[in-house]
Order: sequence, then structure tokens, then C-alpha cells
Amino acid sequence: MAHSSRRDAPEPPDFSLLKRLAKDQLIYLLEQLPGRKDLFIEADLMSPLDRIANVTALKQHEVDKLYKVEHKPIVSMCDQLCFLIRPRIQTVKWVADIVNADKAAGKFRRYKIIFSPRKFYVCETILEEQGVYGDVSTDEWDFYLLPLDDDIISLELPEFFRDTFLEGDQRWMTTAGSALHLLHSLYGPFSKAYGIGRSAKMTYALWRELVEEGEQRARKPDIGTVFLIDRDVDFVTPLCSQVVYEGLVDDIFRIKCGSAEFGPDVTSSDKSVKVMLNSQDKVFNEIRNEHFSNVFGFLSQKARNLQTAYDKRKGMDIKQMKTFVSEELKGLKQEHRLLSLHIGASESMMKKKTKQDFQELLKTEHSLLEGFEIRECIAYVEEHINRQVSMIDSLRLLCLLSLTENGLLPKDYRSLKAQYLQSYGIEHLLTFANLRQLGLLVEQQPGETLTVMESKVGKLVNDKTAGKLTDAFSSLAKKSNFRALSKRLALVPKSGEEYDLRIPRDMAYIFSGAYIPLSCRLIEQVLERDGWTGLEEVTRMLNGNEFAVTAGNSGSESRLKTDAQRIILVMFLGGCSYSEISALRFLGRERGFKFIVVTTAILNSARMLEAMLDSHV
Amino acid sequence: MTFVTANWNPLGEAFYRKVELYEMGWNLKDGLRDCLVAAAPYGGPIALLKEPQRRSPSARPQLEIYSSSGASMASFPWKSGPVKQLGWTVSDDLLCVQEDGTVLIYDLFGGFKRHFSMGNEVLQNHVMEAKVFHSPFGTGIAIVTGAFRFSLATNIDDLKLRRLPEIPGLQGAPSCWAVLTQDRQSKILLANGADLFILDNTSCTPVTPPGLSPLANSIVQMAVSFSYKYLALFTDSGHVWMGPANLKDKLSEVETKVRTPPKQMVWCRRPKSQQPSVVVMWDRHLLVAGECKDTIQYHLDDESFLVPELDGVRIICGTHHELLQEVPAACEEIFKIASMAPGALLLEAHKEYEKESQKADEYLREIKEQSLLGEAVRQCVEAAGYEHEPETQKTLLRAASFGKCFLSNFPPEQFVSMCRDLRVLNAVRDYTVGIPLTHSQYKQMTVQVLIDRLVYRKLYPLAIEMCRYLKTPEYQGVSRVLKHWACCKVQQKEEADEVVARAISVKLGEAAGISYSEIAARAYECGRTELAIKLLEFEPRSGEQVPLLLKMKRSQLALSKAIESGDTDLVYKVVTYLKNEMNRGDFFMTLRNQPVALSLYRQFCKYQEQDTLKDLFNQDDDHQELGNFYVRASYQEGKLEARLSHLQSAVDEYNKAKNEFAAKATEEEMRLLRFQRRVEEEKGERVLGSSLQDTMHCLISAGLHKQAEQLYKDFRVPDKRYWWLKLSALAEKEDWDELEKFAKSKKSPIGYLPFVEVCVKQHNKYEAKKYVSKVTPEQKVKAHLAVGELEGAAEAAIERRSEAEISLVLSRCSPTTDRALLDRLNRARSVTAKK
Repeated sequence: MAHSSRRDAPEPPDFSLLKRLAKDQLIYLLEQLPGRKDLFIEADLMSPLDRIANVTALKQHEVDKLYKVEHKPIVSMCDQLCFLIRPRIQTVKWVADIVNADKAAGKFRRYKIIFSPRKFYVCETILEEQGVYGDVSTDEWDFYLLPLDDDIISLELPEFFRDTFLEGDQRWMTTAGSALHLLHSLYGPFSKAYGIGRSAKMTYALWRELVEEGEQRARKPDIGTVFLIDRDVDFVTPLCSQVVYEGLVDDIFRIKCGSAEFGPDVTSSDKSVKVMLNSQDKVFNEIRNEHFSNVFGFLSQKARNLQTAYDKRKGMDIKQMKTFVSEELKGLKQEHRLLSLHIGASESMMKKKTKQDFQELLKTEHSLLEGFEIRECIAYVEEHINRQVSMIDSLRLLCLLSLTENGLLPKDYRSLKAQYLQSYGIEHLLTFANLRQLGLLVEQQPGETLTVMESKVGKLVNDKTAGKLTDAFSSLAKKSNFRALSKRLALVPKSGEEYDLRIPRDMAYIFSGAYIPLSCRLIEQVLERDGWTGLEEVTRMLNGNEFAVTAGNSGSESRLKTDAQRIILVMFLGGCSYSEISALRFLGRERGFKFIVVTTAILNSARMLEAMLDSHV
Repeated sequence: MTFVTANWNPLGEAFYRKVELYEMGWNLKDGLRDCLVAAAPYGGPIALLKEPQRRSPSARPQLEIYSSSGASMASFPWKSGPVKQLGWTVSDDLLCVQEDGTVLIYDLFGGFKRHFSMGNEVLQNHVMEAKVFHSPFGTGIAIVTGAFRFSLATNIDDLKLRRLPEIPGLQGAPSCWAVLTQDRQSKILLANGADLFILDNTSCTPVTPPGLSPLANSIVQMAVSFSYKYLALFTDSGHVWMGPANLKDKLSEVETKVRTPPKQMVWCRRPKSQQPSVVVMWDRHLLVAGECKDTIQYHLDDESFLVPELDGVRIICGTHHELLQEVPAACEEIFKIASMAPGALLLEAHKEYEKESQKADEYLREIKEQSLLGEAVRQCVEAAGYEHEPETQKTLLRAASFGKCFLSNFPPEQFVSMCRDLRVLNAVRDYTVGIPLTHSQYKQMTVQVLIDRLVYRKLYPLAIEMCRYLKTPEYQGVSRVLKHWACCKVQQKEEADEVVARAISVKLGEAAGISYSEIAARAYECGRTELAIKLLEFEPRSGEQVPLLLKMKRSQLALSKAIESGDTDLVYKVVTYLKNEMNRGDFFMTLRNQPVALSLYRQFCKYQEQDTLKDLFNQDDDHQELGNFYVRASYQEGKLEARLSHLQSAVDEYNKAKNEFAAKATEEEMRLLRFQRRVEEEKGERVLGSSLQDTMHCLISAGLHKQAEQLYKDFRVPDKRYWWLKLSALAEKEDWDELEKFAKSKKSPIGYLPFVEVCVKQHNKYEAKKYVSKVTPEQKVKAHLAVGELEGAAEAAIERRSEAEISLVLSRCSPTTDRALLDRLNRARSVTAKK
């Protein structure tokens, strides 16, 4: 692991500025509606809002009561109502209904809608159609960047994934472009940009447009390089079971906006506890990127250290004791509390994850990734479905099967689908339609050789002039080519060799040494080659749309690897998983880079597949 | 070089000079006689309407437009109604006020732009007199009608007509009137005989100028200064009264000894005027009356026209164009005969220096002794700005530059910027350009406006040169000029679209901040749609192209451009537009070719117009999506019958889509639903809407084995699934008898290990043990272990001679309690290992 030429990764810039900006703007908007008002907040804006401005701050600006948007008639006595919502048709309709109900009851109130992150024309159309356009004032809270941690910034837009890749909708592109532009103007200028994927290309173009329109201020960049990547470049990685601590916590307890709720089984009391999981939590910070099998070891070592620290008390005189109590004890107590929480969480996970079933599940996943014993895998999936082990997990395995095998044989496809429908109901016909649309679960096309397919794909790529995204969801280019990619990029380490998970030697450790995540491998390769040269075959299999742009004179300046150049902003369009972040952190440590992950949302297999369910809309 | 002071005339303490600007390039037969004349300030263009009273169709009056140097810019016969007044707007457009109150607007080249009317009252009573005036709000028009009522519009670009109140006691036409701008309001000052009135929006106030000569019976002419601050009145007694426009004071009164009403009277002032004056003109006689009561008289050879300027008066006649102004202080100091001012000495010093005479040093020493060299340089630079002759300018600047050599730390900015300004001024004063701007006017007007003026005159190359020379930011300078050029270019109808488009793209290619969509919009206005589309191709921001494309009814193209722009709002706007413009069929066809727009519209329909969504799929014959649509609809339905009917529609659609699988699955679902209803009715079990698996599970839990069995057969549920299901359902229910019966019913397709495991899971080892014996030899060890029978496991493992299994059992043995077993196993392992 030790690397002689390795440099320490530079410190990331301070992103708390983003929070301040967002807060100031929100307060400004609230002040636009002077006087007491009730504030209705869209459910999925609640947690992000909590990170930006707490209840006290809101109350200071004459917010009387806070409500969650529940799409039900409201009970409010206030004569001013403010709605902080996402630009969604249903929510706008709900607001319109409230206004109309008030009108019918002869009640007079003032209404204001604050759309976050932006207002869509269609929202105004709805207000107009419902006849309340004149009664409601609208505004935009362009809050698109929430720093979740020192190196994670989230756009908190989970719908980006479905809207962009399934519905073929470009509505969030502008937001992504603006977000990048904001980062560029605060922490840039970015002198290098790499990317792959249609959304990436489009975001890049929109961002450049903004840059050219706006004023150029010369400043010393904090971040020099940016890498944009579409989620549909790599569907395999987020579908794998996560085994790194942070990812596991997300899979099991669901981390929401950087905080997780640990239930009574973890806290060993009758209360649930909400915990912020970030680098501030010293215990968590040390184990978040560790493979799960090491976590217990770490924690027990930690516990021993803690004990030693406590033990220092013995034999202290009064004075020493005083300093100990005033300086160290608080920290130790805090650490103690966190330690017991994480031990509890690990125990709870252990219970679930070391069971036979989980081991077998992992084994199947690994076989799929390696492409061995496919028949056994199919049998396993079938049993999984038959026994109704888990609706989402079954789907996940099906998708992994299809992605790694370039589609299922028609016979298997039908039989597995039929079984699934028997287990979970016919409404999943729609789910399967969606998965097929996205290319996650497809049937192998009989008779279509690889070359035919490739020429079609090639043509499709060439036809798109200037990289503009004209048709976002042609189902043609949905071949995953995983096997070939895996071979070319050496994603699956040779099996048979022992992999010591305590001393990771490459990014594969995040999947127990079985697989190097495609997305992270691409980033690694491109940074190493300073572009896409030599990766032509790979990009062809990924449907192209790659780009590498160096701004200004690329001569001596870029070769001089400044600190800024070693801070790399990776933007995942469509979300990324904690495992990928862990992998990038590992890569950063190895190569002396600091990766800042900007993602439209934190993704895991469950969230990704739930977005595909139609009942969910 | 003629003597500089040759054309100077003293007026009080100051001097006045008359400088020739141009010898007029026009060739007017009768000079300005019988002409309606309008000349724009700031050296603007001149419009002439010859013999305006001619009305017969055979002999139309001729309208001619010239530059200040008399170069013809347009000439055409006037075919509209009789014109009462001509005037120029601030943006160099010509206003022609007709008798009927219609105002026609022409550009510099005689191109008709638009017209507007001054209202019904004017139409009925006709315009008796009109005046065009400029104020901070733009160009305005004031009219007095045949009924002696005033109408006023302060800004013709934002036309708000105001009819001013009646003037009491006014029986005939007012003897004279003028427009004042006071307190951010335009007012009329009029004289009726000796009475003066100020007319504003609401009232008519009589006023009296303080100290007006009592000899006067009538005020016959009045003049308001360029800045609206001063007023001059000419009375029938031949007196000129001068005072501030607020009439609170009197500056002076001069007796001219001429009693005929003058043809024109204007103020002649300059900023920091020492001796302001009023210029009064009769037929052949020009009189400059100063505040000091001195006068200068000039004889005029020809019919003339006076144009008041910020810093003087221009006199235009049939042959010449002159500027009359007070000699600026700096010039006076330097050029006055026997002046000892530092500037004059410096000029002298430089002259001697050129002659290589030692006197140069003497002069210099003299200035330096008074330490006035800096002052001298400043004077020379300033004076250069006021001089019209380039030779004089050069002399002065050379002197300044010479003086500068003897100064350290003298700031160079003034000198440099003056050189630059003069270069620009000389360029635009050139005969071919004909804009005789003075330095003060230029500073007041700003470079921006000057460039605009050049652009109006289509002097694009000069404008660009100037922008580059002055280093005007590209966005405000070169790009703006190029845009105007392009807008002009698209109007050249004789050139082919292709040629024009190429020419424009070649010229504009590199310039920053060019909006091709504006140029294209211009082309479209000129009726050149094809050209407009070609030009839009150059517009890099697709979003900018959309509104114009929609206007041109290129909706398809607009849609693709909107999509390219990545702005969904724009796409949505186009879609909404199309929806209203097109018939449904065409609309759907258009969307069909644009997946992004289609998906956007589908999303909208999903929430707002479910039926439209169906129509959309129908139109496309997208039976697969229709099927999905019905399935989705069935889940939003509460009533079973409605659900079934939706599902039936779905089956039909899936069949059409040749998706047998989905059709079959849907049919099965319908069967299942019917079955579930029967069960609910007969047995009261709530199973409606559950999946097949859940239904069976529920039935078994409820002990309805027959029904479960029936589903198993009807739906051809795989054996394994059914066994798993029944097994776990029974175990959960802890119906051990039934489980045993089930186990014995036939050979288990999933083996018997699951039986063992399920029982253990329910903490019933007793039951579990029943099945251990049935387990296949391969799974025996696992089964024994599951129920916690180490010995059984050990036996099985040893029997199977499997090292792995032996180790597995070993790992479960505890060294204290299972001593004997451990030994046995270890022995067995070593035996197996040997083999």
C-alpha cells in the first residue's frame, strides 16, 4: 500500500459557503412575504432544509407553523401561506386546490410558492389552468448544492435518475449545469473537464454557455479538474450489494441527507437515535471506508484505546484530574457514545449479513460478475423469487444477471418474469416495461450478432452532431457489453488469489475483492491518460459521448500538477453509491488526489430499483 | 495660415467669431427660399421641403435630405398631405407633421418607417403651427390647432397625447410660442399680444417678465435656450428681453432699432459663457445682441437658417454653413493680440524654437519664472479642442508637447485624450461624413451616440475604425456596428439569400456578443423568411432561435431547436404553442418525431389529461404502451368490474402488440381476480388484489387447502414454488399435523432439508427431527446440525467420508463437552485425508 512517490492529497476547499448562500437566499425569499406565515414544506425537502436552516432560523423570519406537504386539505388559521415545494405537477395542483377551496369558502389569504431548485413553465400552466395564477405569487429558491460532508455534495434530486434515463426528460439538465457553474465560479475556474455520457455532455455544454455569458473573474482555483459521468454508463456497480461500512449502513438503515436513524435494536434502549454520519464523527470517519469484515476489529481496538484513555485517570493528582475533566473527558465521552452506537449498528448488521443467505447472495453476485456458473446463478435467482425473499433484491439479481450477460435468453427471461409476477403481482408488468426501457433487464435479441449491433450503435453516436442530446432514450443502444468491458478494463481481479481485505490493494476491496467498480475505473484510467486516448474501444462500448477539454494553454501549466489540479470534482449525473465514494477515496489516497463527489443523489440498489416501480409515482 | 483673430468681433468683454464649416455641396437653385427647413442639432442632417404649399398632383413638393455638408442623402416627391413642420428625432429620424395631424416618420435615407396621428381634435381643426422639441424624455411634438388649442406629446416613441387647457381670452393665433421643459414637465409658453401665459397639463397661468419695456404692445418672437434655462423675447418695439426661463429675473434688455418681426431668433451661449447673446435674424440681416447691450451686425447674402447648438449657432444658407460662437476663454487668452497669457507665450516660444531662435528660451523662461508652464500646456491643449482648423490644432498641440518637455510629472492624460478626440472629430467633420461636431458637443453627446449616428448614416467602416481606435469594448462597439450592418444587409433585396447569409457570417464570425436571432428577426420583417432561417443557423444559442422560428411558423424546426437548447421550459412552450396551432393529428405526428418533447408531453398528460395520453398511444399504434396504460388504470380503479374491463382492454392491446407473454399474464390476473372474488364471497377471506403467491399463502393459512390446490393446478404453479410456499405457510401457522401429511403426500421436489430448516426456524426441533431421516445423504450433515444433533451429524459425515463436512461438524463441537466426538471425528478425518 505504501507508495514511495505518493504525495499527500491536498485539502478540499470549504463548502460551507454553499450552505450560507442557500440560507441567505431562502431568508430573502421568506422576507418577500412580510408578516406571519405558515410554511408548507415538501416532504423530500425537509431533510435538506434542516441542514440549511433550522426551525429557529425560520421562526425568526416570521414563520409561524411548519407543515409537511401531505396532499390533503389543510388546517391553518394563518392568512399567509407559503409553500416550499419541488416543481411537481401534483404538488402544484394541490396548492391550487387549497386556493380554490379558500375561494369557495370566501376566505382571503395570500399565497406564495417557492419552487426549489427552479420553477417549470408547466407549473405555471397548471396554476393558470386551475384559475389561480393571479392569486399565487411564485419564486425560485435555486438551492442545488447541499454539502453532505467534506467531500460529498448532493443535489438532492433523486428524481433526476428516473426523469433523465427512463422518461427521457431533460428538465434537470439546466439545474445540473447551473450547479456546476456555481461550483466553477466559487471554487474554479476548472481548467480541465472530462466526461462521458449524454447528460454529462449536455451539462457540460450548458455550463460552458453560462460561463461564456457571465463575467470572467480571474481567481486562483481551488478545484482544477472536473469529471462528469452519467449513471447509465455503469448500472452494474450500484446494483451490487455493498459491503463497505458506510454503504452497508445505507443499505440497511438508509442514510438520509447524511444522517441515519438507528432503531432500538442498535441503541439497545427503547428509543431510536438519529445520527449524523460524516467526518465529524471520528469513529465513523475511521471505519466508513473499511470492508465490513474489518470493522469489528477496528471497533474493538478503538474500545481498548478508549479504555486506556479512561484509565489514565487512575493515579492522577487533583490538578491533572482537573485538566483531564475539562479537556479530554468530554471528547472521550462523545467518542464513547459514538463507539457504542457503531458497535450496536455493526452487531445488528452482523446478524443480518453474516447469515448463510447473505453469503450465498454475495457468492451469486460474484459469480455473475465473473461470468461463472451462470446456470446455478439463474437457479438461485429463481429460488429467490419463489421464496419471496425480497421483492427488490430479486429484481436486483435479475438486473445484474441481464446486465452481466448482455440480456437474458428468451426462455429464461419469460420464465423468470412469470415467476416474479406470480410472487409479487401483475403490476410489475409495468416495472418490467420500465426496466426494459432503461436496458436494465432485457431479452437477448435472437439472431442479432454483435457486429450488427455495433454498427447500429456507431451510427447512432455519429448522427448526434455536436453531442446535443436529441433523443434521450432510443432503446437501441442499450447493450451493456459488461463482459467485454470487464475484460478490457480488468474489472474482475483474477480469482483464486487470496485477497486480504485488511490491506486493500485496489478498488476491488469495496466488493470483497471481486470487482472494481466500472465508474471509478473509468475515472482512474482517464486521469492517468489525461484523456480518452487508448480507451476508444471502451467508449465505443459505452455508446461514446466522451469528451476531454483542457482550457487555455495546455503547455507547461497543466503539466505542473498544482494542488488545484489534484482536487478533482466528480459529478455523477443520476446518483452514486457510498461504495463508489469509498472507492474514489481509496484511489485518492493511492494517487495523491482529493476527490470531491457531486451527485444528483446518493443511490443504492434499493433506491434505484424503487424508482423503477410504477406504483411509486 | 490666415490670422486667427481675423474673424473675431468684440461683444462686451468677450469676442464672437464666425467660422466657416463647409461650403455646401448641394446645388440649390433658389437657395433656401420658399423651403421648409429642419436641421438636427449636434451637426445633424438637414431636411428641406421645397415649396411645401404646392398641392396639385402634377407638381409635388420635393423632400430632400442632406448631410450638414450638403451631400444629398435622399430626395423624393412628397405625395402625402400638406406638411406643416419638419423635425428630427434624437435618433436621426425625420418627422413630417402634416396639416391633418398625421406625423410621418422617415429614416435618414428617406425610407418610410411609420406614422401616427396627433388625435381627432387636430384632425378636425388642422395644425396651424407645430414644433418638434427634445427633452430628457425623448423627442416631442407640440401643436397649436386652428381652434387655438395646444396638443402635446412628450415622447413620440411612447405616444401619450395631452390636450392642454384652453387659454382664456385667446381669440386668434398666439403671436408666438415656445416649448419649455421645467420641473420634469413639458409646458408651453405663449404670447397673446403683450400677455404671456404658461400652459401646463392642468392650468394656464399668466406670467409677466420682470422689467419688460413698457413700450411693447406685443411679443412677436421668443427663444428658449438649448438648455431650456434662458428665455429671450422680441417685442414689436424692437426690444430684446433676456432672462431666465422661470421669469423670476431679468438679465438685460437690448434695443435693436428694428421693428419688423424677425424671421428667427435663437440663443447663442456656451458652457461657462462670459457673454451670452441672442442671435436675431431678418431677411438679410443678422444681429447678435449680448447681455451687455452691445451688438454685432452681420449682413447675410442669402436666405439663411439658424440652428441653435449647445455652444453656438450654426448658420446655414444656400452656399455656406457657418458656426457662430463666443470665442472660448482658452482661445481668447492665446490668440488675443498682445496677450501675455502663459499659453500665448508658450505658443510664441514654440514658434521661435521652430525658427531655431534663442528667443524661444526667453519666452520659456518667462513662463517658468511665474511657474505657469503647466497652466500654459493646459491652455494650449484646451484651445486645440476648440479650434476647427486641423492646422491650428496641430500648432497648439505641438506647442503643448514642446512645453511638456520642460515639465516633470506632468500628467499626460489630458494631452493624449485630446489628441484622440480631435482625431475622431476631424474624421467626422470631414466633408464626406459631414458631422460638424465641436469638442464640447462631442463630450456631451458621448462616443456611444456618435457611433450610433454613424451607423444611422450607414458609415459602418468608419464606425468600426473608430470603435477600434477608441478601444470601445467589443460588445458595445464593433459588435453593435456589425449587427446594424447585418440588419441593413438583409434588406438588400437584390442579393440572393445565400450570398447575404454568407457575407454576414464571414463578417460577423468572430465578433463577440452578436445576436444572430435579432438579425434574422429583421430579415423576417423584411419578408425574407428563408434568409432568416439561414441566419438563425449561425445563432449558437438554440434557445434564442425558438421565438422567431415560432413566429415564422417553422414549428417543427422550433421544436428541434428548443430540444437542442436543453431548456425544457422552452420545449414545453413550443409544445403548448403547437397544441393550440395544429390539429390533433398533426400535433401528435410532430411529437412522434421528437421523443424528448413527446415524453415531456406524456408526463404532463399523465397528471392532467389521461385521455390525451391514450389518444397519443393510439395515434402511434403503440399497443404495448396502451396495454401498460390500461394496467396502470386498472390499479387506480376501486371496483372490480371496472378493473376487469381495463385489464381486458390491456389484454387486447397486448395481443395487438404481439406481446403474448403480457397478454397471458394479464389474462391470468383476471382469472385470479375472479377467483379471489369467489373466495371472498364464499369464504370471507380478504385476498382480492394479492399476488398469486400471497393468495395461496393466505388460503393455506386459512386452511383452505382445496382452494389453494386448485390455484396451484389452474395456474400451473411450479412444484418447487408450491412446496416451498405450503411448507412455510404451514410452519408459520404451526400446523404440524398438516405439515406431516403434506410431507408424506408425495416425494418432495425440494427435498426434505427445507422441512427441517423451516421447523427449526419455528423453534420446533421435535418436528424437525421427524424429517431428518428423509433428507438425502448429501444434506444429512446439514440437517443433523440444524436440529443440533452433533452425533448424528458426525456419523453422517464420517459415513460420507467428506473431509469438508467433517471439518464443519468439528467446528461446531466444543472441546469440553464433546470430547469423545472430537476424537472420533479427528480420527475419521485423518483416515479420509490419507486416502
